[in-house]
Amino acid sequence: MTTADQPAIERASIDVDIACVGFGPATGGFLTTLSRQLLNDDGSPAIESKAAPGLPLQVICYERADDIGFGVSGVVTRARGIQASFPDLDPAQIPMAAPVVNEKVVYLLDPVGASRRSRVLRAGDRCLRALGNILGVANDAFELPYTPSFLHKKDGLVLSIGQFNQWVGSQLMSSGAVQIWPGMPVDEALIEDGKVVGVRLVDQGVDRQGNPEPGFTAGMDIHAALTVIGDGPVGAVGHDLDSRLGTPPGNEVREWALGMKFVIELRPGIDLQPGTVFHTFGFPEPEIFGFFYVHPGGVTSVGIFVPSWFDCPTRTVYRYLQHYIQHPYLWRYLEGGRLRSWGAKSLQESGKRGEPYLVGDGYARIGESSGSTNVLTGSGVDEAWTSGVQLAEGVLELLRAGKPFTRENLAQAYEARRRASWLEREARIAEKSRDGFQRGVVTGLIGMAVTAFTKGQVSLGSHPSKPCERIVSPEQFYRGKLKPREIESIQHQCNVGGTSLHDSLMDACGWSAIAHDGSLLVSHQDVLLLGGKVQAPAGYADHVRFRDLEVCGRCGTKLCVEMCSGQAITRSLEGPPNFDREKCVFCGACMWNCPESVEGRPNLQFRAGAGGLHSAEN
Amino acid sequence: MTNPYHVVVCASVVPDPLQTLEPITGPSGPALKNEMMLPAILDPWASHALYEGANLVKHIAGSKLWLVSMAPKAKLQQVMMTVAQKVPLQLVAVDGPSSGFADAHQTAHALAAAIRAIAGIDLSRLLLFGGWESASRSAGVTLQLIGEELGIVDQFQGVDAITPQEDGSFEVLERVEGARHQVSLCAGPPAVLGWATGNLGEPRNDPQVGMANMRTIMPALQRATVASISADGMRYSNVATPKQQRQTRIVKELPAEDIAREIVQWITQE
Repeated sequence: MTTADQPAIERASIDVDIACVGFGPATGGFLTTLSRQLLNDDGSPAIESKAAPGLPLQVICYERADDIGFGVSGVVTRARGIQASFPDLDPAQIPMAAPVVNEKVVYLLDPVGASRRSRVLRAGDRCLRALGNILGVANDAFELPYTPSFLHKKDGLVLSIGQFNQWVGSQLMSSGAVQIWPGMPVDEALIEDGKVVGVRLVDQGVDRQGNPEPGFTAGMDIHAALTVIGDGPVGAVGHDLDSRLGTPPGNEVREWALGMKFVIELRPGIDLQPGTVFHTFGFPEPEIFGFFYVHPGGVTSVGIFVPSWFDCPTRTVYRYLQHYIQHPYLWRYLEGGRLRSWGAKSLQESGKRGEPYLVGDGYARIGESSGSTNVLTGSGVDEAWTSGVQLAEGVLELLRAGKPFTRENLAQAYEARRRASWLEREARIAEKSRDGFQRGVVTGLIGMAVTAFTKGQVSLGSHPSKPCERIVSPEQFYRGKLKPREIESIQHQCNVGGTSLHDSLMDACGWSAIAHDGSLLVSHQDVLLLGGKVQAPAGYADHVRFRDLEVCGRCGTKLCVEMCSGQAITRSLEGPPNFDREKCVFCGACMWNCPESVEGRPNLQFRAGAGGLHSAEN
Repeated sequence: MTNPYHVVVCASVVPDPLQTLEPITGPSGPALKNEMMLPAILDPWASHALYEGANLVKHIAGSKLWLVSMAPKAKLQQVMMTVAQKVPLQLVAVDGPSSGFADAHQTAHALAAAIRAIAGIDLSRLLLFGGWESASRSAGVTLQLIGEELGIVDQFQGVDAITPQEDGSFEVLERVEGARHQVSLCAGPPAVLGWATGNLGEPRNDPQVGMANMRTIMPALQRATVASISADGMRYSNVATPKQQRQTRIVKELPAEDIAREIVQWITQE
């Protein structure tokens, strides 16, 4: 429901100068840069507020999650933009941060025999095994002799985004120049005559459908001269703006990935230097990429990315992640470790091709949802941070000149700055670098290398299809592995039991059962309770809703169920799936996996919501 | 007409209960592993006291509410980002440990000093609120010790309700065994009330309240006094978290009787 559709409800409102939506690296960069210029040395306002005359600029940021440190991502980054903001940065100041010291790209062979590999890959695997002694194949893995320059994170940092956000947020709050409010989801942008005039916060004291209950508090309207949207790739406000104001012709987010990771405490005696980084590919499926980052204190972040061009109709991530960490190359370090935390996040993998309008009257977009991610280097955090810095520099320029936040002024002050920077130059090179994956993994890998070495002049492959356009039926996908009758039987059992298909299908395909040890290998339900747990405060509406229930009933794949990171969406015998808000980690995979659309929009609606994962180690 | 109260809520900061905690022995005694990395919240027991205190102040003209909290300043700042959205308050910050391993006497002494130093407070009008237990170690004695330091003899624990009377006295409901309440009539402040859960739900986040609070909270954090809490003379023989066992099984639509029977069976096996 949009503002126009809603019945009249009396809402309180406040006026600020700048309202930000979402606190992540992009907003961190924006607020860090801005806050340093808002007060004079004597504490007097360097720039006076128009919303509250006599006071400094009133800048406020609303974050959906219950804490600003609950961002989910372990990351290795070149950190060029971050280090430019903090020239004297000592990584030891940031918990779980370490300079990159050792980086390897590793091809993982399939030690299980259940991985779906093409003939080309199988032939390559045989060659590698046959020449293993010469090439140095060990632990079912082949370490590439060098890390391609476009992948290298030389002079960079291994970070926990949760801890990094806490560190940045703490400095911002102690400056007193800006305010950050976690636990406050933003429902939508306020738009008047095509101009964004602020945001509306979500209603509180409502039932699951959003109907008022005792204690109802209508979401407040926050009026602002400038609204900064940095709410990430599945953020409700960014998607709301795209839907209502449109996107640049030809630009669309068609490629996604779901990243899921474990934070693992290594067993005593494992001596891996903090800052050690492995990028892996080849296992558990050729389409799935993995990472292994070593933090200080014997802690590692280990995870995988399942891309939208992985055509499996029952794509799961959790089960694959459990097989991934047991690969001999990694298990030699991880065996005997203890799971400290877990998390999942969607990644916008279209990069510049998914760029929305960066500016408009009264608003600007920054970060991952603004298409800042570099899809060739697989780098997003530093680019997001830099986009925030660039906006802040532009905003300060406009404020000092007394110019309003019109589309033209913001285009000149922010967009032009971004276009002229390394962010844009590198994004253009990367733009088509992943097109080859539309035709397969091998073509994709070659395509990335070709794009990198020709500086974007040459690319392989074709324009990406939408995730839902690529999905094939389970019968097609498992052809040669499972008979249609077997699949039908499994589907029936899962429908009756309300469980997802992927575990049963993977079992049937030869993936061994996970031997749960209660410490590192735990059930999907138990992982919701380990380290950072998942919760949902009462009084908020369900943020996952199904627009047309009949459409859900007809849906054959129910990908929202299969890919749900927290098993929050489950099958029902009839009608739409069930949604359990208390298990949702806000990864947003359900949104981009919904194969059904109603009036041009996914039938599954992913709105702003409260709660989610409580973990700052991610 | 009831005279205005000066309500002081003492509340510690504890690790978010959704985190897994691991005790370790640090240089100054027991500590929690990675404590500064863990997200923190206001002690849930004391949170009830805060909401009850704010409600009381709201309904009795002229009353005031202070939140007195001792924690590492950075943690307190983090917690205030959420708490400040709940109810109008004035923060009195004390920079000190919040691990739950600090000596209760020293903590009480530091907090009592901070209360005495509040500008404009009338100790004869004081209602000292807090949790009757704490999520940190459930020692539950600090509040009583603060009351003793301040010379307050009327102390109530396990409080679920306070009802001011026309004559200035107030009625207190205290939890007692047998799921009953003991009803007391107190002639008036000063008094110590250690709250159980009270009767109020968690207030909704209110951006206006947050913005108003933040104007005083940041200065309060900046002028936080540093409490010197020493571990000298203390010895912990053992520190451990409760043993957890988890056996997950998903069963749909199981009758309550069957669930109860299974739980009883599981407990008796232990």
